[in-house]
Amino acid sequence: MSETADRVKKIVVEHLGVEAEKVTEDASFIDDLGADSLDIVELVMAFEEEFGVEIPDDAAEKISTVKDAITFIDANKG
Amino acid sequence: MTGKRGLIMGLANDRSLAWGIAQQLAAQGAELAFSYQGEALEKRVRPLAEQLGSDFLLDCDVSDMAELDKSFETLAARWPTIDFVVHAIGFSDKNELRGGYIDTSLENFLMTMNISAYSFVAVARRARAMMPNGGSLVTLSYYGAEKVIPHYNVMGVAKAALEASVKYLAMDLGPENIRVNAISAGPIKTLAASGIGDFRYILKWNELNSPLRRNVTIDDVGGAGLYLCSDLASGVTGEIHHVDAGYNVIGMKAEDAPDIALQ
Repeated sequence: MSETADRVKKIVVEHLGVEAEKVTEDASFIDDLGADSLDIVELVMAFEEEFGVEIPDDAAEKISTVKDAITFIDANKG
Repeated sequence: MTGKRGLIMGLANDRSLAWGIAQQLAAQGAELAFSYQGEALEKRVRPLAEQLGSDFLLDCDVSDMAELDKSFETLAARWPTIDFVVHAIGFSDKNELRGGYIDTSLENFLMTMNISAYSFVAVARRARAMMPNGGSLVTLSYYGAEKVIPHYNVMGVAKAALEASVKYLAMDLGPENIRVNAISAGPIKTLAASGIGDFRYILKWNELNSPLRRNVTIDDVGGAGLYLCSDLASGVTGEIHHVDAGYNVIGMKAEDAPDIALQ
């Protein structure tokens, strides 16, 4: 597992208060992890802070699974 | 603030300006109640309130006058009097917080004014009845009320109405020793700010060009909120107090700031 994946999963576990085993790469934030729309905004802000990346609105809208987040961050972090 | 009680309206999460203020009020001994709107916010507010030793939460939609009455009745049933209210509430359709103000729809104009400006008037009227010995009302504004900030649009117009309301309310309530003030906070990355177009650019610009050469934090805002709610500000009302690292005094870009453009 990549370092980005570890850090993303840690943020998701902490923020959503879900068990680590549930945070698989294919897990959907809303459908599988019980996130609401405010959680998504908060997660995006937490990712931006943790990785020093900017996730614009149109990109954020496309992030629906854990893997989507990891992929975007790996492609855009400095 | 020991022995003082007040209501915090509009807390969303631990990045909220209301959280910065609530923490400092609680640290000085104030007892706090919190209002939120709907379940999604309740689950965020409850653990934060608990951190500050409060179990007093009120569900309150400030655009519904009957519901606002009910919330204040619930508040009064437990606390017959209060000493302060912090109003940190604003809302607009985020699709209109980008692009030009000229495209603002009537529907969103009215909703934004209702929730972001009129709600403070409605809250002030109900809080007044619970402040027989005077009190302090504090709301939150932004520089976009005074000058044009890209994308702030209808929210800037609503904040202008809010700031004017602060002055009129200060006059109405002054004889009862109820003080009314606003904090005009510099840009801070909050849940609410996430709806504003190109917000990162605004943050960067303020950081580079404000006299303090930094952005403000919710602790900066919290300190000012504590001051305005407390007797330290006993002679202050009708004031729009800038907590913005001094940004509002500058007339042009700082010479030492790099030229930045949108990425």
